[in-house]
Amino acid sequence: MSIRVENISKVFERFPALNGVSLEVKEGDLLALLGPSGSGKTTLLRIIAGLEFPGRDGGKIFLDGRDVTWDSAYARRAGFVFQHYALFNHMTVGENIAFGLRVRPKKTRPSEQEIQKKIHKLLAMVQLPGLEKRFPTQLSGGQRQRIALARALAVEPKILLLDEPFGALDAKVRKDLRKWLREFHDRTGLTTIFVTHDQDEAFELADHVVILHEGKIQQSGTPKEIQSRPANPFVSDFLGLSKN
Amino acid sequence: MSAFSITSHTPNHDPKPIVYALTVIAFLSVGFLLLLPLVAVFAEAFSKGPAVYFETFRDPVTQNSIFLTLRVAALAVPLNTIFGVAAAWAVTRFTFPGRRFLISLIELPLWVSPVIGGMVYTIIFGLQGWLGGWLEEHNIQVIFAYPGLVLATIFVTFPFVARVLIPLMESLGQAEEEAAVTLGARGWQVFWRITVPRIKMGLLYGIILCNARAMGEFGAVSVVSGHIRNQTCTMPLQIEILHSEYQFAHAFALASVLSLLGIVTLMLKVYLEGQTTQRLPAEVPERRRHRDPATPNP
Repeated sequence: MSIRVENISKVFERFPALNGVSLEVKEGDLLALLGPSGSGKTTLLRIIAGLEFPGRDGGKIFLDGRDVTWDSAYARRAGFVFQHYALFNHMTVGENIAFGLRVRPKKTRPSEQEIQKKIHKLLAMVQLPGLEKRFPTQLSGGQRQRIALARALAVEPKILLLDEPFGALDAKVRKDLRKWLREFHDRTGLTTIFVTHDQDEAFELADHVVILHEGKIQQSGTPKEIQSRPANPFVSDFLGLSKN
Repeated sequence: MSAFSITSHTPNHDPKPIVYALTVIAFLSVGFLLLLPLVAVFAEAFSKGPAVYFETFRDPVTQNSIFLTLRVAALAVPLNTIFGVAAAWAVTRFTFPGRRFLISLIELPLWVSPVIGGMVYTIIFGLQGWLGGWLEEHNIQVIFAYPGLVLATIFVTFPFVARVLIPLMESLGQAEEEAAVTLGARGWQVFWRITVPRIKMGLLYGIILCNARAMGEFGAVSVVSGHIRNQTCTMPLQIEILHSEYQFAHAFALASVLSLLGIVTLMLKVYLEGQTTQRLPAEVPERRRHRDPATPNP
């Protein structure tokens, strides 16, 4: 599913978090929102998910050409992976994954058998088979991250939104998981946006990179385009190119 | 009264004699001012032997006061639980003008004397009160009756559940609730399946405190009760009546029941505090990072 963001602004208690941001993500694309702290990248991701709403000044969000600007997060059902995973600690891994299926109204809810099958399928997909009886607190950071992903995928979202997906992990796990996510994306072709403040992560992983600063897009393009032609002093400075 | 008091374990460099002296003073004052009266209640209650003690509870008027107390708490505590959860939900999940003011307002009953709470209800619902005429026309009695006792009890115990839940829900954050919404959960599903399990220990703790206070309330209830024997006298009021009639053994026997309630509440409180604080340190540091300046949340 394609994502189009048109002229989105957002103000938090008079502090502008986003200022006229527009971008487009093509179906199957893997896009990185890159920027320093407070650049508005997480806010933008939350607005796309419907967890936050833009200011009422004409900005719009389209999913596959459909205007979803004022749709609830519930209605959009974007797969969202939170920075600290937000796993439900009082539920087992299996219950976490099944949550999105079990809260469906009776008519569309799969049978318990189908749910169990789905749990196993998703655990295999994130390469953590047999963990369904464990509790999230018994897992490592990298495992939690993948369970959070499996939980988001259980409801078969058309887009995947990841907030600092590797932010809370140590360097080694980070590198492994990065590679794994790229392969995963290539396999599923799910339109994905991830937020990061780490430029290596953005350039290595993403098809397209959007650089945000002070709520405005500084530059967007393929990693190559941006690295070879930084659009302004901020970008070259942020990427550390001006020193060379 | 702090909900989850955190004891400081920072190294203490005060000179030893001062530490000992302070500890001894603390124990002596607690023992003399708090523990001794409690012991005295039971000693006094049994001073004329167990026969007199148990005789107290065969008196129908006393029995009535116990049932009335239970009936008042049975309505006031669930209502305050609902108010408390709703209030905590509103002030921790939404920002709106006057939010801080509302939080302060919830604590109002802790600042004002309970007698004032009782008097205010008399002004509103009493026969000479603002709604008195209307209530009389419709044959509804609030003051000097069960509804008044419940209202006065609700007033006094209003802050208990909310005060425990507000800091708890603030520290837990709402990422889990948001995750549930993105997975397609409706508001009530989020509440029952995610929020309630996360706050249940704190909630239980608030309810227990609320209940103890509701059963023990004297001041506000005294004003709206009218002290009609066998009708509007709750346990604390009945104790006072027995005491003023020089039936000390009976008064203290009934008081021992309330004291026992207090002791059980205290033990449950200690137990639940252990439960919640054991759970919190594992979760809070991670959550706190949400507000860390190094992360991109504006």
